[in-house]
Amino acid sequence: MTMPAPAAPDLTGVAATAAAPETAGRSPGQLTWLRFRRDRTGVISACIVLFFLLTAICAPLISLVYGNDPYTRYGQERPGLLNEYGWPVLPNGGISGEFWFGLEPGLGRDVFMMLIYGIRTSLLIAAAATVLTTVIGVVVGLTAGYAGGKTDYLVGRVIDILLSFPSTLFFIAFMPVVESIFVSAQEETPIWLRAASLITVLTLFGWATIARLLRGQVLSLREREFVEAARVTGASPARIIFKELLPNLWTPIIIQSTLLLPLFVTSEAALSFLGVGIIEPTPDWGRMIQRGAEVYREDITFLIFPGMAIVIFVLAFNLLGDSLRDALDPKTRR
Amino acid sequence: MSRFLLRRLLGAAVILMIISAVTFFLFFAVPRDPARFACGKICPPETLELVRHNMGIDEPVFLQYWHWLIGIFAGRDFTYGRCDAPCLGYSFVNQQPIFDAIVDRFPTTLSLTIGAAVVFLLFGIGMGMIAAARQGRPADKIASSASLIGASMQIYFVGVLATWVLVDQLQLFERPAYHELTADPVKWFSGLLIPWLVLSIIFTANYTRMTRSSMVEQLSEDYVRTARAKGMPSRTVFLRFAWRGAMGPIITIFGVDLGALLGGAIITEQTFVLHGIGELSIKAVVNQDLPMLLGVVLVAATAIVLFNIVVDAAYAFIDPRVRLS
Repeated sequence: MTMPAPAAPDLTGVAATAAAPETAGRSPGQLTWLRFRRDRTGVISACIVLFFLLTAICAPLISLVYGNDPYTRYGQERPGLLNEYGWPVLPNGGISGEFWFGLEPGLGRDVFMMLIYGIRTSLLIAAAATVLTTVIGVVVGLTAGYAGGKTDYLVGRVIDILLSFPSTLFFIAFMPVVESIFVSAQEETPIWLRAASLITVLTLFGWATIARLLRGQVLSLREREFVEAARVTGASPARIIFKELLPNLWTPIIIQSTLLLPLFVTSEAALSFLGVGIIEPTPDWGRMIQRGAEVYREDITFLIFPGMAIVIFVLAFNLLGDSLRDALDPKTRR
Repeated sequence: MSRFLLRRLLGAAVILMIISAVTFFLFFAVPRDPARFACGKICPPETLELVRHNMGIDEPVFLQYWHWLIGIFAGRDFTYGRCDAPCLGYSFVNQQPIFDAIVDRFPTTLSLTIGAAVVFLLFGIGMGMIAAARQGRPADKIASSASLIGASMQIYFVGVLATWVLVDQLQLFERPAYHELTADPVKWFSGLLIPWLVLSIIFTANYTRMTRSSMVEQLSEDYVRTARAKGMPSRTVFLRFAWRGAMGPIITIFGVDLGALLGGAIITEQTFVLHGIGELSIKAVVNQDLPMLLGVVLVAATAIVLFNIVVDAAYAFIDPRVRLS
C-alpha cells in the first residue's frame, strides 16, 4: 500500500488546521480523500458497497425490466417449473433465462428478486440501527465523559451491565417484548413494526460499546487547553460538548459507525435465521439462508446465493471501514 | 488479592441480580399467559387457576422474583415436591428441573467451546505471530487478508456449506453431532470437528489481527531494541520478550469470548443442531418457558461476569505493574 501524503495533520487533536507546508491549502477532508483515492482496496470495496446501495434503491426498476417480482409464486402458478416434491425441474436450482438465480424450492418464488429486495430490508434496518446507535452512543458517551462525577459513574455502571448481558440471547428474548409494547398479542404484527422492533433491540444493546469508547476519548480531551479556554469564556456545557469536543471526535465516530453497519446487517440476518427476525413474505437474506439450510442437501443453490451475497456485502463494508480508518487517521496505520 | 476478589465477586452478584430481575420483569411485561399455553386448547377456568398456582405465577411479580432468588440458595417447595438448592424451578413445558436440564446440556456447550478455543488460539495467535515477524512481506499480507475475509464469514452460511461440501459431497468428515466424550472419544472428536472449525473462523480472524497489532507494537518498544542490540537471538526476543508484553490484551479478549461461548453459542448450535445451552435458550424463548429462560440467562451472564474477573486477576499475574485495586 502506498504511503499517505507526508506530515499528515493530527485529526484527533486541535492541530487539524495546521497542515504541513508541502500540502498547504488542503483541508483535512481533501487530504483524507487524497489518501483514500490511493488505496485500491478501499476504492474497489467502496464501488461494491455503492453497487449494493444502487441495486437496493433501484429494486422496483430492476423488477420492471427483469419482468418478475419477489412475491409471486411462479413455481406454483405455472406447471413445469417445480416437480411434484417442490424442487425446481431445471438443474442448479432452476436457473434459466427467465429466472436468473433459480426458484425457491416449495413456494417457487424468484430468487434473484428476493435477493435484491432483501438488500432493502437488510440495509434499511441496519442503517436505521446504526444511526440511532451512533447518536445515542455519542450523546451519552460525550455527556458522561465531560460531566464526570456521579453521572459518569452511573452511566459507566449501566454500560457495564449492558455489556454483561448475553446479547444474542437477549436479542431473541426481547423481540416479543418490544413487539408487545406496540401491538396487542391478538393482532397481526405489521411488517414495519417487526422492523421497528428489530431496530430497537439492536440499538438497545449497541450503544454501550460506542459510548464507552467515546467516554474514554473525552476523558483525555476535556483536560486540554481549548476546553479550558471555552469554559473560561463562559461557554455552556452543551456548547463545549457539541461545538468543542464533538468536532475532535469525528474520526472515531465515523470509523465505528462504518464497522457497526455490517455488524447490524449480520445480526439482523442471524435473528431472521433463528426465526425471530423479519417474517414472510418480506424478502430477507437471513430467512433465505434459514430456508436454504433446510433444503441444502437437495438444492444447494438456494443457500449459496443469499450466503454469498451477505459475505460479499459484509466483506466489502469491512474493507471500506478499514480503508476509511487508514485515510482518516494515518497514525493508526497497520 | 483477596480484597480485590471479594469486591469483584460482590459486584458480579449485583450485576447478576439486575440481569435476572430485568429478565423476570420483561417476561411479564408481555401480556401473555404461560398457564394457558401449558394447559392446552380446551382448558376449564378451574384447571387454569390450578395450573397457574402450580407454576407459581398467581403471585405478584416481585414476590415471584423473591421466591426464585431464595430458591437458588435455600431450595423451594413446589406442589410437585421439594426442589433442593440450587433450585432454579421447574420447566413450564415439561416439568423438568431447570438445574438438571442445564447440567444435562452443559457438556455439549463445553466441548464445543473448548475445542473451538484450542483451534482459534492456535491458528489465530500463530498466524498473528508469523504476520508480525514478517511485517510487510507476503506472509503478512496473506495472513492479514485471510483474517479480513474470515471476519466477514457467517457461521449459519459457512457451517451449512462446509457440511454440504465435506460431508455430503466429499464424504471426508463425519456429520456434525454430539457424542459423549466418555462413551466414545473418537466419535466425540469427529462429530464436533466441523462445528469447531466453523465456529473458530471468525475468532481466528480476530485473534490474528489482535496478535499482529499487539506484537508489532511491542516489537517497536525500547526494551526490544535493547535486547536485540546486545545480541540476543531474535527467537528469544520474539517469544520471551515481545510476546510477554503482547499477551495482555489477547488474554482480556479471550476471557470475554470464553465467557460468551460458555453461555451457549446459539447460532452455531442451531446451525449444526447440537443440543447445548444455546439451543435450550431458543427453545425457552419459543415455548415462553420463563424458568428455563431465567436459568439459561443466569448461566450465560454468570459465565461472562466470572470470566471478566478471572481475566482481570490473570492480568495482574502476567503484568505485575497492574495493581488490583
